[in-house]
Amino acid sequence: MRNKLLTYLEELKAAGMSPQREAELRAELETADDPHAPPASVAEGAGTEGSGLPNFKGGDLTFLQQIPPPYVNAAVLAKSLDELLERDRQREKDGFPRKIQVGKLVKPGKGNAGKVVVVPTTVEEKLIHDSTIRPTGEGGGEGSGTGGSGEGEEGEVIGEQPVRGEADQPGGAGPGEGEGENHELESTAYDLGKTLSEKFQLPNLKDKGKKRSFTRYSYDLTDKNRGFGQVLDKKATLRTIVETNIALGNLPDLSDIDPTRFLIAPHDKIYRVLSPEKDYEPQAMLFFLRDYSGSMEGKATELVVSQHVLIYSWLLYQYAGQAETRFILHDTEAREVPDFYTYYNSRVAGGTQVSSAFKLVNDIVEKENLARDYNIYVFHGTDGDDWDDGGMKAVAEISHMLGYASRVGITVAAHAGQDGVMTTVARFMNTSGLLKSKPGLIRMDIIQEDADEARLIEGIKKLIS
Amino acid sequence: MELINQHTKRIMEGCKERARSAGLSFTDESLEYLVTNRDLLELSPKVMIPTLYDYWVHDVEVLREKGKYELYPHNPYETVINTRPPISFYNDNNPDWLNVMIFYHVLAHIDFFQNNLYFRHTWDYDFTGQALSDKRVIAKLRAEKGRWVDYVIEFARGIDNLVDFHGGLTELFMPRGAGCSSRLNYYFDVFLQSVKKVPVSDYLKEVSRYNDCLKHDAQLGEKSFFVEAERRYPELEAHFSRWERQDKPVVRRDLLRYLLDHSSFLARDENVWMRSILEIVRKTSVFFQPQIRTKIMNEGWASYWHEQLFLKDDRIRGHEVDFARVHAGVTSMPRVGINPYALGMRLFCQIEEQADKGRFSFDFQRLADADRRRHFDAGTASGGDYIFSVRENLCDYLFLKNYLDQDFLDRYKLFVAGKRLDQQRMVWQYYVKSRRADDYRAMLLDSLYHPPVITVDQEKGVEGSLYLVHAFEGKQLVHEYIANTLMGIEYLWGGPVHLETSDARLAATPSGPGSPEGVSGRVVAWQRVLYSMNEKVLSRKNL
Repeated sequence: MRNKLLTYLEELKAAGMSPQREAELRAELETADDPHAPPASVAEGAGTEGSGLPNFKGGDLTFLQQIPPPYVNAAVLAKSLDELLERDRQREKDGFPRKIQVGKLVKPGKGNAGKVVVVPTTVEEKLIHDSTIRPTGEGGGEGSGTGGSGEGEEGEVIGEQPVRGEADQPGGAGPGEGEGENHELESTAYDLGKTLSEKFQLPNLKDKGKKRSFTRYSYDLTDKNRGFGQVLDKKATLRTIVETNIALGNLPDLSDIDPTRFLIAPHDKIYRVLSPEKDYEPQAMLFFLRDYSGSMEGKATELVVSQHVLIYSWLLYQYAGQAETRFILHDTEAREVPDFYTYYNSRVAGGTQVSSAFKLVNDIVEKENLARDYNIYVFHGTDGDDWDDGGMKAVAEISHMLGYASRVGITVAAHAGQDGVMTTVARFMNTSGLLKSKPGLIRMDIIQEDADEARLIEGIKKLIS
Repeated sequence: MELINQHTKRIMEGCKERARSAGLSFTDESLEYLVTNRDLLELSPKVMIPTLYDYWVHDVEVLREKGKYELYPHNPYETVINTRPPISFYNDNNPDWLNVMIFYHVLAHIDFFQNNLYFRHTWDYDFTGQALSDKRVIAKLRAEKGRWVDYVIEFARGIDNLVDFHGGLTELFMPRGAGCSSRLNYYFDVFLQSVKKVPVSDYLKEVSRYNDCLKHDAQLGEKSFFVEAERRYPELEAHFSRWERQDKPVVRRDLLRYLLDHSSFLARDENVWMRSILEIVRKTSVFFQPQIRTKIMNEGWASYWHEQLFLKDDRIRGHEVDFARVHAGVTSMPRVGINPYALGMRLFCQIEEQADKGRFSFDFQRLADADRRRHFDAGTASGGDYIFSVRENLCDYLFLKNYLDQDFLDRYKLFVAGKRLDQQRMVWQYYVKSRRADDYRAMLLDSLYHPPVITVDQEKGVEGSLYLVHAFEGKQLVHEYIANTLMGIEYLWGGPVHLETSDARLAATPSGPGSPEGVSGRVVAWQRVLYSMNEKVLSRKNL
């Protein structure tokens, strides 16, 4: 892998490159062999006093009586959620910071990817000890550990758990909680998500192979019924009357019809009656692309991921079951990952070739013949860095993509001190002229590293509207 | 919620008889309710107290738990609540034999609530009744003052861990000023230590001289003691009377009480209603304090007894295997993790056994020979009494600190489990980190409830400000919470608030991008800092 990249770097160098740029690329190259695996979940319950002992979240009822957790209807939930948010807005007017966060939008589930659970969270802030920071020598970094029992020498490994497949880790917090916490969204996101849902929908949505349907019905006067019904279908009725009269021989001369002489049987009257109609809707396929190269270290990844969380959540919220999602990560090579969890949590490392991701999308679309049945949306997040300076390959892939895609949205999260517009990706996108020539199909949003949630939502509006 | 039927109640009464004859003690009456999931949902954020006051955070919690339920099923419910009479909650489809086991478990909890001295302050009233009246007070206030009631509840709850639970307990066992005159207190606590600054040896000599005087003559002992003391320090009387006249600086660990007593904002006529809310919040917090501090003991005690009593119960013949399955599930030691039921139960068993052999004695402690230690048996057979006294006098901290020893760890093969990342293979490795009792104990003690010690320094609180000092215990406070908590205190105090605490500065060794959290080489330096909250603006400066 590394050697391959090194050769590639030499090629680039031979084509001419500033020493500074070379240093940048080499720094990224250093990380080429680092794993992309998602990080470990952060120590659970950091600083939440009263949460008690690790692994002791249940009480007598669970331990002794195995009572399952109760279940509540989502409709009840949504209503009271609105009330709570109303209260929170009032709070702000009264001069106190808001307290309710609407968060945990994404269930970083394995396999059956993603599920939106809109839940409010609030923290009762107290002065409590922060157990995550401890002096060295007291097991710093690793945490103080937990208990265990059974055989084994000191230092002996007693069990392993794949970093990726830790969906049902004992202890409650589990994966995603830690990382996810950082991405909890302000309540405004919920408000806005609602507004977005009301005002916007996926752009350029076309009727394509309406295969999917909600279990949703609309009631319409579509069925026809002879003899009785709700609304008389005049045209259809007239047609049967004419047919009947022809059959009866009551209409000798077709060029001279006298409607007053028609014989009308009650059975000839055709009515429309109300009937439930299944709603078929156009379907959408969304590709989320993310640069996870070494240069994405830090805030850039967080921003991109946060924004994608927002888009993803909103989509799932709005187009539940109807919008399908695919996830693609790339450094110098692109790969598709099975679920949002992996997409969301994979670490950054390696070099950058933006074109690889777009190429993979094109390949997938072609191979699976998605363009025929789906409205295709592509969202790409990057820090704007690309080894391929001129972006020739990337632009070529994107142009091809615009042939079938309903919208391509590119988010450039520029690093601090960097002018977002001048990043490689932004530069070649601008020079390509695609942004100007096809504003309906491709959008680019450049955000600075210090962008907040509000800014991200602005960005989504820009990408989606 | 409905009461259990007569049939089941009869089983309960049978359990009570047997539990009593085994030595457990509890009040005659108890209430048992069947609960549905819906009931649980409403009860759990209110710590299972049905009559606790309404508060929006509880609603949020209900909603959150619901959402979370799909992701991480768990339910933080306790079954028994410490009220008069005690109330317990049950699933409605338990078979009789299981009910017998659960009833014993519950009775042991009740016994614990009613006999452990950390619960002393909860013995004299019924908390559910009290909570109901508090709930009505709050509902009435809410009707008058609207949402401001909730703000006050919130701010008060923000500091409800800063209640001097132990101080309150002390007063119950020894009323303030009992035993010693204020002159005596002054002499030993202030005069000798702060004014004269006598060396420790002299101080101890004075203490034993006082004891001698008292032994000599219980009535006039103190008088004759002071005759001598005044001869030595002629200025004592003058100092004492001056000290008595001046305003004594009150060092308070109980911030809520301090605010109630000293906040000029709360003393204003238009704000007096807030005081009742603070009282309610404080009372509720103090009520639950012992529960948080005796979790391992309480569950251990209950598990110990349900095992003991169930096996002796003649009514459940034929269900031994069923019992064994459930019991093993409840009290198994996980390969990795801690189960307080199992830990507490085993520790009680071990204590009983040790006490039976008379090992909590000087004779045993000074034995160095391993073999003789192993076979030491004084034949005292006092284990039963001993665990009852442990149940009466200790909390989790002392329980673990006193009795969790190397023998216990070896016997049950316990260890501290560590978790580390194997980069090559991308797996988390769980490994045996330590089998030393000291490490295991430290790990457990670290996980216990321990609110920060924050006291009011009246001398530094100048110009109407409130000056809080956080006693540093090796951990900093959670930063994100400081601003809002201080804002709440500022509101309740009605003036600027300062908080002196320690912050960690992490000097991380530079790590390459993409490498897993570079935590290995970090160094923590502690810096004393002062947070100030003025007009809802938080500032921070180094001291």
